[in-house]
Amino acid sequence: MFPHLAAGAVSEVSTVTNEANWLLENAWLIALLPAISFVLILFFGKKMPFKGAEFGITAVSISFILAILTGAAWMDHRDNFTLDTYGEKAAVLVDDGTGSAVDNVTLAAGTAAEAAGGDGQAYVAVQKTTQWLQSGGVEFNAGIMVDGLSVMMLFVVTMISLLVHIYSTDYVGGDRRYTHFFAFLSLFTSSMLFFVLSDNILQMIVGWELVGVCSFALIGHWWEEKPNSDAALKAFITNRVGDVGLLVGMITLFFAAGKGMTFDTITINENILQGGVSHTALVVAAACLTIAVMSKSGQFVLHTWLPDAMAGPTPVSALIHAATMVVAGIYMVARLFPVFWEGMQIDGSSINFLATVGAVTLVGAGLLAFVQDDIKKVLAYSTVSQLGYMAMALGVGAWTAAVFHLFTHAFFKANLFLGSGSVAHAVHSFDMKKDMGGMRKFMPKTYVTFVIGSLALAGLFPLAGFWSKDEILVNTGGWGILGGSGSAPGSYTFHFVMGMIGAALTAAYMTRCVYLTFHGEYRGGHHDDHAEDHADDHGHHGEPHESGPRILYPLYILSAFSILVGFANLPPGFLTGSKKDPAGWQERFLHFIEPAGSSYFPAVGHATPSWWLAIVASLVAVAGAGAAFTYYFVKVDRLAQRTGEHLVGLPNGVTTTNALARAGHKLLVNKYYLDHLYTGIIAGGTKGPIAKAAYWVNQNVLDGTVDGAGRTAVQSGKLVYEKIDQGVVDGAINASGRTSDAIGEELRHINTGRVQNYAAIMFAGAAILAGAFVLLLAL
Amino acid sequence: MDSWILTAVTFVPLLGAVIAMAMPNDDELHKRWALAVSLVAFGLGIAMLFDFNYDQAGQLQWVVDEPWIDVIGAGYTLGVDGMSLPLIALTVLVMPLVFLYSWSHIPSPGNTKSFLILMLILETGMIGTFVAQDLILFFVFFEVVLLPMFFMIAVWGGDDRRYASLKFFLYTLFGSALMLLGFLALFFLAKDPVTGEFLRTFDMRELTDTAGAGIARSSQLLIFGGMFIGFGVKVPMFPFHTWLPDAHTQAPTQGSVILAAVLLKLGTYGFIRISIPMLPEAAEAWAPVIGLLAVIGIIYGALGCLAQTDMKRLIAFSSVAHMGFVMLGISTLTDFGINAAIFGMVAHGLITGMLFFIAGSVKDRYHTLEIGRLGGMLIQAPRLGWILGFTSMASLGLPGLAGFWGEFPAILSAYQPANGLPVETFRGYMVVAAVGTVLAAGYLLWLLQRTAMGEPPEEFANDPEIVDVTPLEWVSWTPFLLLIVLFGVAPGLIFEVTDPAVVESLNNCLQFENGCDGVADATTAALGG
Repeated sequence: MFPHLAAGAVSEVSTVTNEANWLLENAWLIALLPAISFVLILFFGKKMPFKGAEFGITAVSISFILAILTGAAWMDHRDNFTLDTYGEKAAVLVDDGTGSAVDNVTLAAGTAAEAAGGDGQAYVAVQKTTQWLQSGGVEFNAGIMVDGLSVMMLFVVTMISLLVHIYSTDYVGGDRRYTHFFAFLSLFTSSMLFFVLSDNILQMIVGWELVGVCSFALIGHWWEEKPNSDAALKAFITNRVGDVGLLVGMITLFFAAGKGMTFDTITINENILQGGVSHTALVVAAACLTIAVMSKSGQFVLHTWLPDAMAGPTPVSALIHAATMVVAGIYMVARLFPVFWEGMQIDGSSINFLATVGAVTLVGAGLLAFVQDDIKKVLAYSTVSQLGYMAMALGVGAWTAAVFHLFTHAFFKANLFLGSGSVAHAVHSFDMKKDMGGMRKFMPKTYVTFVIGSLALAGLFPLAGFWSKDEILVNTGGWGILGGSGSAPGSYTFHFVMGMIGAALTAAYMTRCVYLTFHGEYRGGHHDDHAEDHADDHGHHGEPHESGPRILYPLYILSAFSILVGFANLPPGFLTGSKKDPAGWQERFLHFIEPAGSSYFPAVGHATPSWWLAIVASLVAVAGAGAAFTYYFVKVDRLAQRTGEHLVGLPNGVTTTNALARAGHKLLVNKYYLDHLYTGIIAGGTKGPIAKAAYWVNQNVLDGTVDGAGRTAVQSGKLVYEKIDQGVVDGAINASGRTSDAIGEELRHINTGRVQNYAAIMFAGAAILAGAFVLLLAL
Repeated sequence: MDSWILTAVTFVPLLGAVIAMAMPNDDELHKRWALAVSLVAFGLGIAMLFDFNYDQAGQLQWVVDEPWIDVIGAGYTLGVDGMSLPLIALTVLVMPLVFLYSWSHIPSPGNTKSFLILMLILETGMIGTFVAQDLILFFVFFEVVLLPMFFMIAVWGGDDRRYASLKFFLYTLFGSALMLLGFLALFFLAKDPVTGEFLRTFDMRELTDTAGAGIARSSQLLIFGGMFIGFGVKVPMFPFHTWLPDAHTQAPTQGSVILAAVLLKLGTYGFIRISIPMLPEAAEAWAPVIGLLAVIGIIYGALGCLAQTDMKRLIAFSSVAHMGFVMLGISTLTDFGINAAIFGMVAHGLITGMLFFIAGSVKDRYHTLEIGRLGGMLIQAPRLGWILGFTSMASLGLPGLAGFWGEFPAILSAYQPANGLPVETFRGYMVVAAVGTVLAAGYLLWLLQRTAMGEPPEEFANDPEIVDVTPLEWVSWTPFLLLIVLFGVAPGLIFEVTDPAVVESLNNCLQFENGCDGVADATTAALGG
């Protein structure tokens, strides 16, 4: 296609067959199984005893087991794969000549490690590719890329998805579209796995969009009510706005870094790191892809769809927020990290677009979480805020910290969402202020798991969130006042401060949320029309009760993970106080996941963990939690007990006494007026005045011209006829082009003769034009 | 297989029509007959798909080259390569399905016999256009299509049928006149690049080989301009599109489906078969204009959709936007872009054809297409609602379905148009086209929300006429739905066929290092300046 671009640009990747790991080469099975389940549910679901849920659960269970085994295989591959063996195998294969272009297994060699000596362990991704189609000399491949990052995501997605499947059998049990729900759950899981395994950016676009359409279907699951279908549309269309960035960014990468020849992720990354790719193109690509992240991963200012997406069933929210959909943006940046590393010049800098978007999001959304009455919206804004952490971390070059936070966040956020669903299942509402309060008495088990999730989210030692958040903060390199910046990639002071503020906010809003939901007195029980749509009305409107095992067990498992997963990446010296910890314990996550030393990953520096920083950050979080605790658990609670009222806040709070605080509160309640701007002004303007104006132009200007020309032609024809042949004035000629009464009285007796008259006139007109045309040609 | 197959596949429907005229006026008999005839054509099409030499997809196959009207040098020249094969396959596939659909959907005022005969004649015209390798023959087939469609709209159309049909007829005829002038100019002006003598031929193969050699640049530009209007009206390109919404809205379902699925492609096919290969230098000069009108069409068509209150008219306007993507791909003058364009034609044919089927069925059930009055289709006719949702997703270019492979590669190709074209301008087009995908999602999902979601409106709540998809509809729709998925998952099925032919047709543009300019220079040199 673009031969003028192809100046030997595509780097040669040695081709070898890796006999050791069948699992790594066939990881596509993990994505295929849920897709098969989707088809089976679609065609046979309703006829099955469990209405199709059995297909989904079976498929995702097998995928989950395969994901674990693949993870183990990857660890083995990572530890035991040396460049020596790699070299030998490559040599053997050159002799065999089996390195055919179609359907081969490629191991992207670690050139950095190769340069460093050659006999050490190498971080080598397993890639299996086959040709998909060919057009204009460009091969479009389909394939999988298995490395630490994708293996980690396989585990997270299949595990969360499996728990959500099990939870859903109870939660949406008896729903009007139960089977349909499970079908899309399967497709959603499959699409995300497909996206994660992509070995090229075109396939990533496909997966990205498929995830989007599944979220559309699931958010709009109860489409009978307009707010739900509105939310689904908003999600899809907002994501389409970001997709403009995705398309333009990916196309730019294809031409600039793929040299107009390849979509291959590894090749693109390698070409960028080897230099020689236009910096301008990388700046454009990085900026465009950041816009894509803004919509998909809910970053300011395209985050507004995400809280609305709470219109979907709660298990879907858990899936969207923890494992599928929103982390796709973060994953994409992590996958194409060299684009951002080079394009935004992350190394040695102190500010860039991506990091700043993340920093603004994490504080902006954290503030919004304070004014929500709906428990799911608190969690939704919390997700936006936490995704802000991840985006910021990637922006400041803290790749592993960002991915680690994605990992830990998946568990505690799924825990919290499913916990909120458990409560809502009992009270038939999500409104904390109206229908909850004092739930710990009715649902002690849910309460414990929810508190664990909250503590993990707030980042309190030693729960999961603590480790990952701390790693992000330390790697901003902006903590000079607290003892130097180690060897962090840059010195992002502003982002460090925002991260600290975010830590305090997170702890505070979760404290508020726990109080309003579980403490104080029960305010519900009046059961008006707030009830969530459940076809199975439980038939008892008395006290709420604890959920069943299919809801509780997923909560227990996720709580356990929320406590434990942080230990996956213990900083060196944590156990013994020196750097001599057993090697199998420290920074395992970093070791297995980060492609350090591979050819497709930049040389990213890592800051030395600091106890001082960890202590200060914890104190900040505790201070945030403490402030909210003092307000709710002490002041409000005491007043409530004294007056005997059901209070959700102090009657003379700061928003009622201070004008500035009131204005701030109003700004937050109105979500920074962004929805007014989008829905009211931009979407409303396009649908209303702009579209109508365009259509008016169409009808009156363009079509008017046509009609006018037709009328003129008819009239001049009439004139000519009257002058030339006065006796043969045909009644039909009196017609104009627009009104049809002259064409014929009876539709079935259309007089072709008259049509011929018109045709003759048109040809006469055309002949005049033709004359002019010939004249021009002759000139 | 010999060259008879092209003649057979072209004229079997016409022969069927002639025989049908002599047959007694029995509706059921005529339905069976028309279906049988179209199935024969379909069978011949399948035979062609099997017999086609895919290794030589860039070459014309089953070539027929017989004298026809010697006086003017017009020959009966037929041939098919990878560029026309998918479009012929689309045509022979769509027609039996339309006849099948007609089994229980003969629009008022009836007269089944004439209705079916007209469609058979139409089929001959469409296939003929795709197989013709002689400009006069091409023109004849191109025009043969007009009259049956005119009558289909004028007789079996909606309330405003007379205005719409006349507008359709005259507008297209006007374009055709200019196109014919272009053909004549080519006949008189084309010279042999080697000897410098006038060719005096309508043979498309020869004219492609000479690639406008010896024709003054200004004349080339004018000729291209004439053909541009002729084909552009048919596509239809902004601003020549205003006949389309009226024609589509007023046409009976079958007419709309055929219009969308095949007729519009005659215009784009003309561009890639005639205008560009025969006049590459003019194409290069016109390309930025075509690209501009294409992206205006994308945005403008989408805005037009948002303003519609009638479902069928909305779908009609969406054609303007979708054909904009096709034209954008063509305007890049790259093999990649034109491959995308052909894919886009097939995909649009299947998807928009399907949407018109749905609109027809909605009209049958609700007796209105007023979007404001519809709603809750997913409750009353869930399968119909889901098919609408599925097709809408395909139409907005969801990856994994056919629409994506027409749209995305077209956008991609605009990043790097052929040498000599203004790169920055085309990158601007690329961004505008990408924005168009947002609007497409907007109008299609908004349509889906207003018609399919929510509760059924009171006036239709207990309407017994609102039934789910009938078996007959399933039979005629399933191939569309399956192909939308199949081409979405395995787009190579089409790209592999079109690619060699497109590369071949652009040979004149691409074989020289400097693109089209090189051709002009080389031929000027050959002609001795």
